[in-house]
Amino acid sequence: MTKRLFVKGNEAVAMGALEAGCRYYFGYPITPQSDIPEYIAREMPALGGEFIQAESEIASINMLLGASACGARAMTSSSSPGISLKQEGISYMAGSECPGLIVNISRSGPGLGGIDASQADYFQATKGGGHGGYHLIVLAPASVQEMYDLTMLAFDLSDRYRVPAMILADAVIGQMKEALEPHPYTAPADLPPKEWALIGPGERGVNKVVKSLYLGDGELEQHNLKLHRKYAEMQEKEVRYAGYELNDAELVVTAYGSTARIAHTAVRLARQQGYKVGLLRPITLFPFPKMAYKRHTAAGQKVLCVELNTGQMVDDVRLAVPGVEVEFYGRAPGAGSLPTPEEIFAQIRLHCEVRS
Amino acid sequence: MSSENVEAMKQVFSRPVSLNQVQTHFCPGCQHGVIHRLVAQAMDAFDIQGQTIGVASVGCSVFLYGYFEIDVIEAPHGRAPAVATGAKRVHPQRPVFTYQGDGDLAAIGTSEIIHCANRGEPITVIFVNNTTYGMTGGQMAPTTLPNQRTSTSPYGRDPGKDGYPIRMTELLAGLEGTAYAARVAVDTPQHVLQAGKAIKKAFQTQLQDNRFGFVEVLSTCPTNWGMKPVDANARVAEEMIPYFPLGVFKDASAQGE
Repeated sequence: MTKRLFVKGNEAVAMGALEAGCRYYFGYPITPQSDIPEYIAREMPALGGEFIQAESEIASINMLLGASACGARAMTSSSSPGISLKQEGISYMAGSECPGLIVNISRSGPGLGGIDASQADYFQATKGGGHGGYHLIVLAPASVQEMYDLTMLAFDLSDRYRVPAMILADAVIGQMKEALEPHPYTAPADLPPKEWALIGPGERGVNKVVKSLYLGDGELEQHNLKLHRKYAEMQEKEVRYAGYELNDAELVVTAYGSTARIAHTAVRLARQQGYKVGLLRPITLFPFPKMAYKRHTAAGQKVLCVELNTGQMVDDVRLAVPGVEVEFYGRAPGAGSLPTPEEIFAQIRLHCEVRS
Repeated sequence: MSSENVEAMKQVFSRPVSLNQVQTHFCPGCQHGVIHRLVAQAMDAFDIQGQTIGVASVGCSVFLYGYFEIDVIEAPHGRAPAVATGAKRVHPQRPVFTYQGDGDLAAIGTSEIIHCANRGEPITVIFVNNTTYGMTGGQMAPTTLPNQRTSTSPYGRDPGKDGYPIRMTELLAGLEGTAYAARVAVDTPQHVLQAGKAIKKAFQTQLQDNRFGFVEVLSTCPTNWGMKPVDANARVAEEMIPYFPLGVFKDASAQGE
């Protein structure tokens, strides 16, 4: 029988990272993600890796840049205000094509905001966040198991495309405890070797540079086009989403992460009362599952997008399915604003006339 | 000259193998070229060119990846000591150094350099102090001298409003993690020799003691100082050294000189 553990989402991220061979962690304490550095600080010495509690979020993302440039599988984690501080380094990593994992166990804002769950960092995560017009791979776990599984996937995707990856979760997914079935990590056989990584020029006879500065005429444009070809390729090959009761749904509820969990319960309640409703849960927020929305609204279905913010992902949904009626229900983040299943069910009743 | 004498000749001066055979972009009279050469000579002395990873900063020194025959990571402004920390932890057996200007290290990157030194990261830091932001056109730096006119201190630096120039070497020498901290200049042949020795020592501190070594090099910026190269060179002794005294401020390395 498979071993089952009862752990927090944050611990599952740490376990998944270490199992996936991450041996370099750089971070700075911030609620509600501090279980991640605490777990790794405890476990890393025995694995022969390095854990650094840096002087700032800025330093920790730049340590990640340095470790990544040297070919290491490495990570940092933080929460919203700290992720804002990391944006400079994230932009450099994107520009320098340095893979690596950035975990955002997001909290409410703006500013110091609060420590409770929030999905208000969606724009920051999926639209680049820092300067210069780049994207991260953004994965949105909705369970403790997915915190483990998607952490592993994030490393693989990041290494494959040389694009930094982000786990975007929040206080709900990070702090809740659920059963986790940890499984051994197997590296994909076709992961490209890191021939670009810096080891000193001696062994290969030619010196290498990891950089984002391109001053020659046309150089930077070509570099940017190369980055955007990778984003397009990911859009083709790496989209992931989960569907629930979508086959005959007249209303497609869509939500990710913590609100997807609540919406799932609401959809189940609605189904029990005969409403033809389903749930489409994006797992990759970038690349965004545009085709999934097209497919599941092709017969004139409506969409209800639920978020723990005042409307962010809904923009991407509307862009994915122009002409389709897309309703939005959101709660502005802050203590006490987590929607209940009944609250979402009430919205379903408002927008779904069809009952079987 | 007889053929026997030719055979007896030996080469005593050549381009360091750690330097690429290219022309630099530096302005006439800028001393980055001299300092680059001293860093390259230090790498040659320890025969580490093939293993070394350099971390370039933002400013005139950003192009060092084109001048040194080594692997280089280009760091965000001020963050080179953090980037170098990540690199060194991955490659503890390989030499890692940063090369940073005064705006980079003593203004925006103050936090990174202090904590890198405080952790005693076994890296070498070369800090080039020319009392101005060279690349961006001569603005006031944290090391700009009192009353010095720059494009953003057009009436001269007023310590009452702008603060005083920061003496980074003395500051870092006060940290437990710093094993070696020295300030040198390259305005005279004698100072060039001393500077070469200090830079070599800062690499030795990393390679043999596995500790943090720091060298501040006073340098010229004739273009942004609005001076002829010869006058700029003279300013180092006349104005900079009195405020930024030369010397070894800490040597806790095992070998000594």
